[in-house]
Amino acid sequence: MDAVFKALADASRRQLLDRLHAENGQTLGELCTGLDMTRQAVTKHLAILEGANLVVARRRGREKLHYINPVPINEIAERWIGKYERHRLKALGELKRALEGSDE
Amino acid sequence: MSRPSFIYVTYINSTPEKVWQALTDPAFTRKYWVNHRNASDWKVGSEWKHEDYDDASQVDIVGHVVEISPPRHLVLTWASPKDAKDPDKLSRVTFHVETCGDGVRLTVTHSELEPDSPMLSGISRGWPLVLSSLKTLLETGEPLPSLLVKKAKQRS
Repeated sequence: MDAVFKALADASRRQLLDRLHAENGQTLGELCTGLDMTRQAVTKHLAILEGANLVVARRRGREKLHYINPVPINEIAERWIGKYERHRLKALGELKRALEGSDE
Repeated sequence: MSRPSFIYVTYINSTPEKVWQALTDPAFTRKYWVNHRNASDWKVGSEWKHEDYDDASQVDIVGHVVEISPPRHLVLTWASPKDAKDPDKLSRVTFHVETCGDGVRLTVTHSELEPDSPMLSGISRGWPLVLSSLKTLLETGEPLPSLLVKKAKQRS
């Protein structure tokens, strides 16, 4: 679980996860498009995400496709949020979103 | 072959045989899969149904066994009962069980899902929960509390 927290403690890596959540199964090239990061930096971040089992890579012919794997995030949610009054936190989260007009 | 829609991976401190049993044995699935069972004779070409453990008339998912090789590999087709005859709505789920160190790496691949369908949004919420609960049950003997809550709600 340490590896998951470490992997998530970086805005660039969270951005990569968001992009895979929006469109799953992207190549390195597709992931780099429109990002303010070098290809090398994206490769490095992806390796850390893979090491934490947050991203799973699958070869298809010459391509390597990257998938977000939300199972470890769910485990964190169950372990660290589920047992502390999830419903009240959800209501607070919704209030924050409504007030700020964003989910950041 | 098209790109798979989702790949889910979980590492479980268990054996391939136990993970296989957890996927196919109703007494196991009812504990972590919201009181459901996967009913089939588990032969290639046979039908399988994801149904309520206590009420087999409540069927959520149907399909056929495409490939089966215990305790390592299982491929199923997957659809809502109402869509079972519509090839466009038939998706495909692969379970792959590998030994990894002292434990097991379970990979669930869900492909050929219809874009923007209720099934796609449903499974993308469901699989992480079901797989976390499976892992927790095999490692601790207890499923995730959140799935027990759901079960209690359904029964009341």
